[in-house]
Amino acid sequence: MTLHTYAGTDIQTNDEGFMTDANQWTPSVGQAIASEIGLPLSPRHWEIINYAREDFAGAGKSPGLRRISKATKVPIKELYSLFPKGPGKLIARIAGLPKPKSCL
Amino acid sequence: MKQLAIIGGGTAGTIVANRMARALPHKEWTVTVLDPAPEHLYQPGLLFLPFGAHDERKMIRPRKKTLHRRLSWRQVGVRAVDHENKVLELDDGDRLAYDLVVITSGSRIRPELTDGLMGDAWRRDHFDFYTLDGAQALREKLPAFKGGRLVLNVVEMPIKCPVAPLEFMFLADAYFTKRGIRDDVELVYATPLDSAFTKPYCAAQMSYLLEAKGIKVVTEFNTMKADGNKLVSYDDRTEPYDLLVSIPTHSGAAFVETSGIGDELDFIPTDRHTLLAKDMRDVFVLGDAIDLPSSKAGSVAHFQSEVVGHNLLAAIADKPLEPDFDGHANCFVETGHGKAMLIDFNYDVQPLPGKYPVPGIGPFSLMKESRANHAGKLGFRWLYWHGLLPAKPLPVSHRMSMRGKKALPPAKPDAPTATPVA
Repeated sequence: MTLHTYAGTDIQTNDEGFMTDANQWTPSVGQAIASEIGLPLSPRHWEIINYAREDFAGAGKSPGLRRISKATKVPIKELYSLFPKGPGKLIARIAGLPKPKSCL
Repeated sequence: MKQLAIIGGGTAGTIVANRMARALPHKEWTVTVLDPAPEHLYQPGLLFLPFGAHDERKMIRPRKKTLHRRLSWRQVGVRAVDHENKVLELDDGDRLAYDLVVITSGSRIRPELTDGLMGDAWRRDHFDFYTLDGAQALREKLPAFKGGRLVLNVVEMPIKCPVAPLEFMFLADAYFTKRGIRDDVELVYATPLDSAFTKPYCAAQMSYLLEAKGIKVVTEFNTMKADGNKLVSYDDRTEPYDLLVSIPTHSGAAFVETSGIGDELDFIPTDRHTLLAKDMRDVFVLGDAIDLPSSKAGSVAHFQSEVVGHNLLAAIADKPLEPDFDGHANCFVETGHGKAMLIDFNYDVQPLPGKYPVPGIGPFSLMKESRANHAGKLGFRWLYWHGLLPAKPLPVSHRMSMRGKKALPPAKPDAPTATPVA
Protein backbone atom coordinates (compact mmCIF):
# COMPACT_ATOMS: atom_id res chain seq x y z
CA MET A 1 0.00 0.00 0.00
CA THR A 2 1.19 3.48 -0.82
CA LEU A 3 -0.31 6.83 0.09
CA HIS A 4 -0.35 9.51 -2.62
CA THR A 5 -1.65 13.02 -2.83
CA TYR A 6 -3.55 13.40 -6.09
CA ALA A 7 -5.33 16.66 -6.81
CA GLY A 8 -5.05 17.64 -3.16
CA THR A 9 -6.67 14.44 -1.89
CA ASP A 10 -5.01 11.62 0.06
CA ILE A 11 -5.39 8.50 -2.09
CA GLN A 12 -4.26 5.01 -1.25
CA THR A 13 -3.06 2.65 -3.99
CA ASN A 14 -1.71 -0.87 -3.99
CA ASP A 15 1.86 -1.62 -5.00
CA GLU A 16 0.95 -1.69 -8.68
CA GLY A 17 -0.58 1.78 -8.44
CA PHE A 18 -4.26 0.82 -8.56
CA MET A 19 -6.53 2.82 -6.25
CA THR A 20 -7.96 0.75 -3.41
CA ASP A 21 -11.21 2.75 -3.21
CA ALA A 22 -12.84 3.59 -6.54
CA ASN A 23 -15.22 6.00 -4.79
CA GLN A 24 -12.40 8.44 -4.04
CA TRP A 25 -11.89 9.04 -7.74
CA THR A 26 -12.65 12.34 -9.45
CA PRO A 27 -11.63 13.45 -12.94
CA SER A 28 -8.88 15.59 -11.34
CA VAL A 29 -7.54 12.52 -9.55
CA GLY A 30 -7.54 10.66 -12.90
CA GLN A 31 -5.71 13.58 -14.49
CA ALA A 32 -3.10 13.52 -11.68
CA ILE A 33 -2.52 9.77 -12.07
CA ALA A 34 -2.10 10.18 -15.84
CA SER A 35 0.40 13.01 -15.31
CA GLU A 36 2.36 10.84 -12.91
CA ILE A 37 2.47 8.11 -15.58
CA GLY A 38 3.43 10.78 -18.15
CA LEU A 39 0.42 10.26 -20.41
CA PRO A 40 -1.29 13.41 -21.75
CA LEU A 41 -5.07 12.88 -21.94
CA SER A 42 -7.07 13.88 -25.04
CA PRO A 43 -10.89 13.91 -25.31
CA ARG A 44 -10.58 10.46 -26.94
CA HIS A 45 -8.81 9.19 -23.79
CA TRP A 46 -11.55 10.64 -21.60
CA GLU A 47 -14.24 8.95 -23.65
CA ILE A 48 -12.67 5.64 -22.75
CA ILE A 49 -11.95 6.48 -19.11
CA ASN A 50 -15.54 7.64 -18.64
CA TYR A 51 -16.88 4.48 -20.23
CA ALA A 52 -14.72 2.34 -17.89
CA ARG A 53 -16.08 4.25 -14.87
CA GLU A 54 -19.70 3.85 -16.01
CA ASP A 55 -19.27 0.18 -16.82
CA PHE A 56 -17.63 -0.52 -13.47
CA ALA A 57 -20.54 1.16 -11.66
CA GLY A 58 -22.95 -1.28 -13.33
CA ALA A 59 -20.94 -4.48 -13.71
CA GLY A 60 -18.85 -4.25 -10.53
CA LYS A 61 -15.63 -5.18 -12.32
CA SER A 62 -13.08 -3.45 -14.53
CA PRO A 63 -13.86 -3.90 -18.22
CA GLY A 64 -11.43 -5.79 -20.46
CA LEU A 65 -10.23 -4.46 -23.80
CA ARG A 66 -12.73 -6.38 -25.91
CA ARG A 67 -15.58 -5.02 -23.83
CA ILE A 68 -14.27 -1.44 -24.02
CA SER A 69 -13.70 -1.75 -27.75
CA LYS A 70 -17.15 -3.21 -28.42
CA ALA A 71 -18.96 -0.57 -26.35
CA THR A 72 -16.99 2.53 -27.41
CA LYS A 73 -16.36 1.39 -31.02
CA VAL A 74 -12.69 2.27 -30.56
CA PRO A 75 -10.62 -0.49 -32.24
CA ILE A 76 -8.30 -2.46 -29.93
CA LYS A 77 -5.31 -1.33 -32.00
CA GLU A 78 -6.22 2.29 -31.26
CA LEU A 79 -6.57 1.53 -27.53
CA TYR A 80 -2.95 0.39 -27.69
CA SER A 81 -1.83 3.65 -29.27
CA LEU A 82 -3.88 5.75 -26.81
CA PHE A 83 -2.73 3.77 -23.76
CA PRO A 84 0.61 2.25 -24.77
CA LYS A 85 1.89 -1.15 -23.56
CA GLY A 86 -0.97 -2.44 -21.43
CA PRO A 87 -4.14 -0.47 -22.19
CA GLY A 88 -6.38 -2.63 -19.99
CA LYS A 89 -4.30 -1.99 -16.90
CA LEU A 90 -3.56 1.64 -17.76
CA ILE A 91 -7.20 2.53 -18.32
CA ALA A 92 -8.20 0.92 -15.01
CA ARG A 93 -5.38 2.67 -13.18
CA ILE A 94 -6.24 6.13 -14.49
CA ALA A 95 -9.96 5.51 -13.94
CA GLY A 96 -9.30 4.57 -10.31
CA LEU A 97 -10.53 0.99 -10.78
CA PRO A 98 -9.05 -2.34 -9.69
CA LYS A 99 -6.63 -4.19 -11.98
CA PRO A 100 -8.76 -6.07 -14.53
CA LYS A 101 -8.92 -9.77 -13.72
CA SER A 102 -8.18 -12.16 -16.49
CA CYS A 103 -11.19 -14.31 -15.73
CA LEU A 104 -9.57 -17.65 -15.08
CA MET B 1 -47.03 -30.98 -17.00
CA LYS B 2 -44.36 -28.47 -16.14
CA GLN B 3 -41.28 -28.08 -18.29
CA LEU B 4 -37.65 -27.85 -17.19
CA ALA B 5 -35.55 -27.19 -20.30
CA ILE B 6 -31.81 -27.75 -20.30
CA ILE B 7 -29.93 -26.12 -23.17
CA GLY B 8 -26.84 -28.16 -24.00
CA GLY B 9 -25.89 -31.73 -23.08
CA GLY B 10 -22.22 -31.25 -22.28
CA THR B 11 -20.73 -32.01 -18.89
CA ALA B 12 -22.77 -29.43 -16.95
CA GLY B 13 -26.07 -30.04 -18.76
CA THR B 14 -25.88 -33.81 -18.55
CA ILE B 15 -25.12 -33.83 -14.82
CA VAL B 16 -27.92 -31.37 -14.01
CA ALA B 17 -30.37 -33.23 -16.24
CA ASN B 18 -29.62 -36.59 -14.66
CA ARG B 19 -29.81 -35.08 -11.19
CA MET B 20 -33.19 -33.48 -11.90
CA ALA B 21 -34.58 -36.60 -13.60
CA ARG B 22 -34.34 -38.25 -10.21
CA ALA B 23 -35.14 -35.26 -8.01
CA LEU B 24 -38.34 -34.03 -9.69
CA PRO B 25 -41.67 -35.89 -9.51
CA HIS B 26 -41.96 -37.26 -13.04
CA LYS B 27 -45.72 -37.08 -13.08
CA GLU B 28 -45.50 -33.30 -12.70
CA TRP B 29 -42.32 -32.39 -14.56
CA THR B 30 -40.86 -33.08 -17.97
CA VAL B 31 -37.11 -32.52 -18.15
CA THR B 32 -35.97 -31.86 -21.72
CA VAL B 33 -32.36 -31.74 -22.89
CA LEU B 34 -31.81 -29.78 -26.11
CA ASP B 35 -28.63 -30.64 -28.00
CA PRO B 36 -28.13 -31.17 -31.74
CA ALA B 37 -24.99 -33.33 -31.34
CA PRO B 38 -25.67 -37.10 -31.39
CA GLU B 39 -22.69 -37.87 -29.20
CA HIS B 40 -21.09 -36.76 -25.95
CA LEU B 41 -17.36 -36.04 -26.08
CA TYR B 42 -15.04 -36.59 -23.10
CA GLN B 43 -13.08 -33.37 -23.48
CA PRO B 44 -10.18 -34.05 -21.06
CA GLY B 45 -9.04 -36.75 -23.50
CA LEU B 46 -8.32 -34.19 -26.24
CA LEU B 47 -5.03 -33.14 -24.60
CA PHE B 48 -3.46 -36.55 -25.21
CA LEU B 49 -4.48 -37.08 -28.85
CA PRO B 50 -1.80 -34.83 -30.43
CA PHE B 51 0.90 -36.87 -28.71
CA GLY B 52 -0.25 -40.18 -30.14
CA ALA B 53 -3.16 -41.38 -28.01
CA HIS B 54 -5.76 -43.19 -30.10
CA ASP B 55 -8.58 -43.68 -27.64
CA GLU B 56 -11.36 -41.78 -29.40
CA ARG B 57 -13.60 -44.82 -28.96
CA LYS B 58 -13.39 -44.36 -25.21
CA MET B 59 -13.86 -40.59 -25.48
CA ILE B 60 -17.17 -40.65 -27.31
CA ARG B 61 -20.53 -42.08 -26.24
CA PRO B 62 -23.92 -41.90 -27.88
CA ARG B 63 -25.77 -39.10 -26.09
CA LYS B 64 -28.75 -41.37 -25.44
CA LYS B 65 -26.56 -43.54 -23.19
CA THR B 66 -25.47 -40.59 -21.07
CA LEU B 67 -29.01 -39.45 -20.23
CA HIS B 68 -31.37 -40.89 -17.62
CA ARG B 69 -34.22 -42.89 -19.19
CA ARG B 70 -36.84 -40.45 -17.87
CA LEU B 71 -35.24 -37.51 -19.68
CA SER B 72 -36.54 -36.33 -22.99
CA TRP B 73 -33.73 -35.47 -25.43
CA ARG B 74 -34.51 -33.35 -28.47
CA GLN B 75 -31.77 -33.40 -31.06
CA VAL B 76 -32.09 -29.77 -32.02
CA GLY B 77 -30.25 -26.52 -31.37
CA VAL B 78 -31.70 -23.41 -29.76
CA ARG B 79 -31.97 -20.27 -31.90
CA ALA B 80 -33.06 -17.85 -29.19
CA VAL B 81 -34.22 -17.58 -25.60
CA ASP B 82 -37.30 -15.39 -25.23
CA HIS B 83 -37.02 -15.00 -21.47
CA GLU B 84 -39.81 -12.42 -21.23
CA ASN B 85 -42.30 -14.98 -22.54
CA LYS B 86 -40.44 -18.02 -21.23
CA VAL B 87 -40.21 -19.67 -24.63
CA LEU B 88 -37.27 -21.20 -26.50
CA GLU B 89 -37.13 -20.80 -30.27
CA LEU B 90 -35.59 -23.90 -31.80
CA ASP B 91 -33.53 -24.38 -34.95
CA ASP B 92 -36.27 -26.52 -36.54
CA GLY B 93 -38.76 -23.64 -36.22
CA ASP B 94 -40.54 -25.20 -33.25
CA ARG B 95 -41.06 -23.37 -29.95
CA LEU B 96 -40.76 -24.82 -26.47
CA ALA B 97 -42.45 -23.12 -23.53
CA TYR B 98 -40.70 -23.63 -20.20
CA ASP B 99 -41.30 -23.06 -16.52
CA LEU B 100 -37.61 -23.16 -15.67
CA VAL B 101 -34.57 -23.21 -17.95
CA VAL B 102 -30.97 -24.14 -17.29
CA ILE B 103 -28.40 -22.82 -19.76
CA THR B 104 -25.41 -25.11 -20.13
CA SER B 105 -24.45 -24.26 -23.68
CA GLY B 106 -20.73 -24.05 -22.87
CA SER B 107 -18.04 -22.22 -24.81
CA ARG B 108 -16.61 -22.68 -28.29
CA ILE B 109 -13.43 -21.62 -30.02
CA ARG B 110 -13.58 -18.73 -32.50
CA PRO B 111 -10.39 -18.83 -34.59
CA GLU B 112 -12.10 -16.66 -37.22
CA LEU B 113 -11.91 -13.70 -34.80
CA THR B 114 -8.11 -13.48 -35.18
CA ASP B 115 -6.78 -12.20 -38.50
CA GLY B 116 -4.80 -14.78 -40.44
CA LEU B 117 -5.41 -17.66 -38.07
CA MET B 118 -7.72 -19.50 -40.44
CA GLY B 119 -7.40 -19.70 -44.20
CA ASP B 120 -4.74 -21.76 -45.99
CA ALA B 121 -2.55 -22.21 -42.92
CA TRP B 122 -5.37 -23.61 -40.77
CA ARG B 123 -4.64 -27.26 -40.02
CA ARG B 124 -1.44 -26.99 -42.08
CA ASP B 125 0.80 -24.75 -39.90
CA HIS B 126 -1.89 -23.50 -37.50
CA PHE B 127 -3.61 -26.00 -35.20
CA ASP B 128 -5.90 -26.18 -32.23
CA PHE B 129 -6.45 -29.06 -29.82
CA TYR B 130 -9.76 -27.92 -28.31
CA THR B 131 -11.84 -29.74 -30.92
CA LEU B 132 -11.79 -33.43 -31.84
CA ASP B 133 -10.82 -32.83 -35.47
CA GLY B 134 -8.25 -30.22 -34.39
CA ALA B 135 -6.55 -32.60 -31.94
CA GLN B 136 -6.63 -35.37 -34.57
CA ALA B 137 -5.12 -33.10 -37.24
CA LEU B 138 -2.30 -32.17 -34.87
CA ARG B 139 -1.68 -35.85 -34.19
CA GLU B 140 -1.11 -36.28 -37.95
CA LYS B 141 1.17 -33.25 -38.07
CA LEU B 142 3.48 -33.75 -35.08
CA PRO B 143 5.35 -36.86 -36.32
CA ALA B 144 6.34 -34.88 -39.43
CA PHE B 145 7.69 -32.02 -37.32
CA LYS B 146 11.47 -32.52 -37.37
CA GLY B 147 12.45 -29.48 -35.33
CA GLY B 148 12.03 -25.71 -35.18
CA ARG B 149 10.02 -23.26 -33.18
CA LEU B 150 6.70 -24.45 -31.76
CA VAL B 151 4.65 -21.58 -30.36
CA LEU B 152 1.62 -22.23 -28.20
CA ASN B 153 -0.51 -19.11 -28.06
CA VAL B 154 -3.47 -18.26 -25.87
CA VAL B 155 -5.15 -15.53 -27.90
CA GLU B 156 -7.42 -14.12 -25.21
CA MET B 157 -8.86 -14.98 -21.82
CA PRO B 158 -11.07 -16.62 -20.67
CA ILE B 159 -10.39 -20.10 -22.02
CA LYS B 160 -11.68 -23.51 -21.16
CA CYS B 161 -9.39 -25.39 -18.79
CA PRO B 162 -6.83 -22.65 -18.00
CA VAL B 163 -4.14 -25.22 -17.14
CA ALA B 164 -4.37 -26.96 -20.54
CA PRO B 165 -1.75 -24.75 -22.24
CA LEU B 166 0.81 -25.60 -19.55
CA GLU B 167 -0.07 -29.28 -19.74
CA PHE B 168 0.31 -29.17 -23.52
CA MET B 169 3.80 -27.70 -23.16
CA PHE B 170 4.85 -30.27 -20.54
CA LEU B 171 3.61 -33.12 -22.74
CA ALA B 172 5.28 -31.60 -25.81
CA ASP B 173 8.58 -31.49 -23.92
CA ALA B 174 8.21 -35.17 -22.98
CA TYR B 175 7.12 -36.11 -26.52
CA PHE B 176 10.08 -34.48 -28.28
CA THR B 177 12.48 -35.81 -25.63
CA LYS B 178 11.22 -39.33 -26.32
CA ARG B 179 11.71 -38.80 -30.05
CA GLY B 180 15.29 -37.72 -29.35
CA ILE B 181 14.87 -34.33 -31.03
CA ARG B 182 14.15 -32.13 -28.00
CA ASP B 183 17.33 -30.12 -28.64
CA ASP B 184 16.06 -29.24 -32.11
CA VAL B 185 12.72 -27.93 -30.87
CA GLU B 186 12.21 -24.55 -29.28
CA LEU B 187 9.06 -24.51 -27.12
CA VAL B 188 7.52 -21.07 -26.61
CA TYR B 189 4.38 -20.27 -24.62
CA ALA B 190 2.92 -16.86 -25.51
CA THR B 191 0.17 -15.72 -23.13
CA PRO B 192 -1.81 -12.48 -22.67
CA LEU B 193 -1.46 -12.91 -18.88
CA ASP B 194 1.38 -11.28 -16.96
CA SER B 195 2.68 -14.65 -15.77
CA ALA B 196 2.30 -18.31 -16.71
CA PHE B 197 0.73 -18.67 -13.27
CA THR B 198 -1.39 -15.90 -11.88
CA LYS B 199 -1.31 -16.97 -8.23
CA PRO B 200 1.87 -16.08 -6.32
CA TYR B 201 2.07 -19.47 -4.58
CA CYS B 202 1.52 -21.36 -7.84
CA ALA B 203 4.12 -19.21 -9.55
CA ALA B 204 6.64 -19.95 -6.81
CA GLN B 205 5.88 -23.68 -6.74
CA MET B 206 5.40 -24.38 -10.42
CA SER B 207 7.66 -22.02 -12.33
CA TYR B 208 10.56 -24.42 -11.82
CA LEU B 209 8.72 -26.89 -14.06
CA LEU B 210 8.81 -24.51 -17.00
CA GLU B 211 12.42 -23.66 -16.33
CA ALA B 212 13.50 -27.29 -15.88
CA LYS B 213 11.79 -28.26 -19.11
CA GLY B 214 13.31 -25.36 -21.04
CA ILE B 215 10.00 -23.77 -22.00
CA LYS B 216 10.22 -20.09 -22.87
CA VAL B 217 7.35 -17.95 -21.60
CA VAL B 218 6.33 -14.72 -23.35
CA THR B 219 3.90 -12.73 -21.18
CA GLU B 220 1.39 -9.95 -21.88
CA PHE B 221 1.31 -10.97 -25.53
CA ASN B 222 -2.04 -9.87 -26.94
CA THR B 223 -2.31 -11.43 -30.39
CA MET B 224 -3.49 -9.17 -33.19
CA LYS B 225 -2.80 -11.48 -36.13
CA ALA B 226 -1.03 -14.59 -37.35
CA ASP B 227 1.08 -13.81 -40.37
CA GLY B 228 1.79 -17.28 -41.77
CA ASN B 229 5.13 -17.54 -40.02
CA LYS B 230 4.84 -15.16 -37.09
CA LEU B 231 2.40 -13.85 -34.51
CA VAL B 232 2.07 -10.09 -34.22
CA SER B 233 0.81 -8.50 -31.00
CA TYR B 234 -1.16 -5.27 -30.63
CA ASP B 235 1.95 -3.60 -29.24
CA ASP B 236 3.94 -4.65 -32.35
CA ARG B 237 5.98 -7.49 -30.89
CA THR B 238 6.46 -10.58 -33.05
CA GLU B 239 6.91 -14.27 -32.29
CA PRO B 240 8.08 -16.33 -35.27
CA TYR B 241 6.97 -19.95 -35.50
CA ASP B 242 7.39 -23.06 -37.61
CA LEU B 243 4.33 -24.59 -36.01
CA LEU B 244 1.57 -22.65 -34.27
CA VAL B 245 -0.70 -24.30 -31.75
CA SER B 246 -3.40 -21.78 -31.00
CA ILE B 247 -5.91 -21.64 -28.22
CA PRO B 248 -8.26 -19.27 -30.01
CA THR B 249 -10.66 -16.75 -28.48
CA HIS B 250 -13.55 -18.51 -26.75
CA SER B 251 -17.14 -17.32 -26.79
CA GLY B 252 -20.51 -18.57 -25.62
CA ALA B 253 -23.14 -20.07 -27.92
CA ALA B 254 -24.52 -18.20 -30.93
CA PHE B 255 -28.07 -18.07 -29.48
CA VAL B 256 -26.73 -16.07 -26.52
CA GLU B 257 -25.77 -13.26 -28.89
CA THR B 258 -28.98 -13.57 -30.91
CA SER B 259 -31.04 -13.35 -27.72
CA GLY B 260 -29.02 -10.40 -26.40
CA ILE B 261 -28.46 -12.10 -23.05
CA GLY B 262 -24.65 -12.24 -22.91
CA ASP B 263 -21.59 -10.06 -22.42
CA GLU B 264 -19.07 -9.03 -25.08
CA LEU B 265 -18.04 -12.66 -25.60
CA ASP B 266 -21.55 -14.07 -25.21
CA PHE B 267 -21.00 -15.36 -21.70
CA ILE B 268 -24.06 -14.91 -19.50
CA PRO B 269 -24.00 -12.60 -16.45
CA THR B 270 -24.77 -14.88 -13.51
CA ASP B 271 -24.90 -14.51 -9.74
CA ARG B 272 -21.59 -15.88 -8.49
CA HIS B 273 -23.08 -17.78 -5.53
CA THR B 274 -26.66 -18.83 -6.46
CA LEU B 275 -25.94 -19.31 -10.21
CA LEU B 276 -29.22 -17.59 -11.09
CA ALA B 277 -28.98 -15.49 -14.26
CA LYS B 278 -28.68 -11.83 -13.33
CA ASP B 279 -31.08 -10.23 -15.79
CA MET B 280 -33.65 -12.95 -16.47
CA ARG B 281 -36.40 -14.67 -14.53
CA ASP B 282 -36.33 -18.43 -13.90
CA VAL B 283 -33.02 -18.99 -15.66
CA PHE B 284 -30.02 -20.75 -14.10
CA VAL B 285 -26.62 -20.86 -15.76
CA LEU B 286 -23.65 -23.10 -15.09
CA GLY B 287 -20.57 -24.57 -16.70
CA ASP B 288 -18.56 -22.73 -19.32
CA ALA B 289 -21.53 -20.55 -20.38
CA ILE B 290 -21.24 -18.26 -17.34
CA ASP B 291 -19.33 -14.98 -17.09
CA LEU B 292 -17.85 -15.77 -13.66
CA PRO B 293 -14.15 -15.83 -12.75
CA SER B 294 -14.40 -19.51 -11.73
CA SER B 295 -12.43 -21.83 -14.03
CA LYS B 296 -14.15 -23.19 -17.11
CA ALA B 297 -13.59 -26.83 -16.18
CA GLY B 298 -15.52 -30.06 -15.73
CA SER B 299 -14.92 -30.21 -11.98
CA VAL B 300 -16.39 -26.73 -11.63
CA ALA B 301 -19.47 -27.74 -13.65
CA HIS B 302 -19.85 -30.73 -11.35
CA PHE B 303 -19.63 -28.66 -8.16
CA GLN B 304 -22.01 -26.08 -9.63
CA SER B 305 -24.51 -28.78 -10.58
CA GLU B 306 -25.07 -29.60 -6.90
CA VAL B 307 -25.83 -25.95 -6.17
CA VAL B 308 -28.12 -25.57 -9.18
CA GLY B 309 -29.88 -28.87 -8.43
CA HIS B 310 -30.59 -27.63 -4.92
CA ASN B 311 -31.64 -24.17 -6.08
CA LEU B 312 -33.98 -25.48 -8.79
CA LEU B 313 -35.87 -27.38 -6.10
CA ALA B 314 -35.84 -24.28 -3.88
CA ALA B 315 -37.18 -22.13 -6.72
CA ILE B 316 -39.98 -24.64 -7.39
CA ALA B 317 -40.89 -24.72 -3.69
CA ASP B 318 -40.73 -20.92 -3.54
CA LYS B 319 -37.96 -21.06 -0.95
CA PRO B 320 -34.90 -18.77 -0.79
CA LEU B 321 -31.95 -19.84 -2.96
CA GLU B 322 -28.76 -21.03 -1.28
CA PRO B 323 -25.78 -18.80 -2.13
CA ASP B 324 -23.63 -21.90 -1.94
CA PHE B 325 -21.22 -21.85 -4.87
CA ASP B 326 -17.75 -20.80 -3.72
CA GLY B 327 -15.82 -21.04 -7.00
CA HIS B 328 -14.47 -24.48 -6.10
CA ALA B 329 -12.28 -26.10 -8.79
CA ASN B 330 -10.18 -29.21 -8.70
CA CYS B 331 -7.83 -30.02 -11.56
CA PHE B 332 -5.21 -32.57 -12.43
CA VAL B 333 -2.27 -30.96 -14.21
CA GLU B 334 -0.31 -33.34 -16.45
CA THR B 335 3.40 -32.59 -16.10
CA GLY B 336 4.73 -35.22 -18.53
CA HIS B 337 6.70 -38.47 -18.13
CA GLY B 338 3.83 -40.22 -16.33
CA LYS B 339 3.39 -37.64 -13.60
CA ALA B 340 0.74 -35.09 -12.71
CA MET B 341 -0.09 -32.49 -10.09
CA LEU B 342 -3.43 -31.85 -8.46
CA ILE B 343 -4.72 -28.41 -7.57
CA ASP B 344 -7.78 -27.54 -5.47
CA PHE B 345 -8.94 -23.96 -4.96
CA ASN B 346 -11.89 -21.55 -5.01
CA TYR B 347 -12.76 -17.87 -5.54
CA ASP B 348 -10.83 -16.81 -2.45
CA VAL B 349 -8.27 -19.49 -1.63
CA GLN B 350 -5.38 -20.23 -3.95
CA PRO B 351 -4.11 -23.80 -4.46
CA LEU B 352 -2.39 -25.13 -1.32
CA PRO B 353 -0.23 -28.19 -0.68
CA GLY B 354 -1.62 -31.23 1.15
CA LYS B 355 -3.51 -34.47 0.46
CA TYR B 356 -6.85 -35.00 -1.32
CA PRO B 357 -9.64 -36.04 -0.94
CA VAL B 358 -8.87 -37.78 2.38
CA PRO B 359 -6.89 -35.44 4.66
CA GLY B 360 -3.40 -36.77 5.44
CA ILE B 361 -3.90 -39.85 3.27
CA GLY B 362 -4.78 -38.82 -0.24
CA PRO B 363 -4.19 -40.84 -2.34
CA PHE B 364 -3.58 -37.66 -4.30
CA SER B 365 -0.96 -35.03 -3.49
CA LEU B 366 -1.89 -31.40 -3.91
CA MET B 367 0.60 -29.05 -5.58
CA LYS B 368 3.15 -31.86 -6.02
CA GLU B 369 4.06 -34.04 -8.98
CA SER B 370 3.30 -37.73 -8.48
CA ARG B 371 2.57 -40.91 -10.42
CA ALA B 372 -0.60 -41.44 -8.33
CA ASN B 373 -1.93 -38.13 -9.61
CA HIS B 374 -1.26 -39.19 -13.20
CA ALA B 375 -3.06 -42.49 -12.58
CA GLY B 376 -5.91 -40.42 -11.13
CA LYS B 377 -6.08 -38.28 -14.24
CA LEU B 378 -6.28 -41.35 -16.48
CA GLY B 379 -8.72 -43.18 -14.17
CA PHE B 380 -10.93 -40.13 -14.15
CA ARG B 381 -12.39 -41.07 -17.53
CA TRP B 382 -14.10 -44.10 -16.01
CA LEU B 383 -15.39 -41.96 -13.14
CA TYR B 384 -16.64 -39.38 -15.65
CA TRP B 385 -18.87 -41.82 -17.53
CA HIS B 386 -20.00 -43.86 -14.54
CA GLY B 387 -20.03 -41.45 -11.59
CA LEU B 388 -19.92 -37.82 -12.66
CA LEU B 389 -22.34 -37.72 -15.62
CA PRO B 390 -25.00 -39.93 -13.97
CA ALA B 391 -24.75 -37.55 -10.94
CA LYS B 392 -24.00 -40.32 -8.47
CA PRO B 393 -22.84 -39.23 -5.00
CA LEU B 394 -19.05 -38.77 -5.06
CA PRO B 395 -16.70 -38.46 -2.06
CA VAL B 396 -15.86 -34.84 -2.83
CA SER B 397 -17.61 -31.75 -1.53
CA HIS B 398 -18.88 -29.02 -3.82
CA ARG B 399 -17.56 -26.52 -1.29
CA MET B 400 -13.80 -26.29 -1.06
CA SER B 401 -12.41 -27.68 2.19
CA MET B 402 -9.28 -26.64 4.08
CA ARG B 403 -9.01 -30.08 5.67
CA GLY B 404 -5.84 -31.95 4.70
CA LYS B 405 -4.22 -28.76 3.47
CA LYS B 406 -1.10 -27.16 4.83
CA ALA B 407 -1.10 -23.51 5.68
CA LEU B 408 1.15 -21.41 3.50
CA PRO B 409 4.38 -20.04 4.81
CA PRO B 410 3.51 -16.49 5.92
CA ALA B 411 3.08 -14.33 2.85
CA LYS B 412 5.21 -11.30 2.38
CA PRO B 413 3.16 -8.33 3.57
CA ASP B 414 3.14 -6.86 0.08
CA ALA B 415 2.06 -10.07 -1.68
CA PRO B 416 -1.04 -9.61 -3.83
CA THR B 417 -4.18 -11.15 -2.34
CA ALA B 418 -5.61 -14.39 -3.66
CA THR B 419 -8.14 -14.53 -6.46
CA PRO B 420 -8.94 -17.42 -8.78
CA VAL B 421 -6.11 -19.13 -10.46
CA ALA B 422 -4.75 -20.42 -13.66
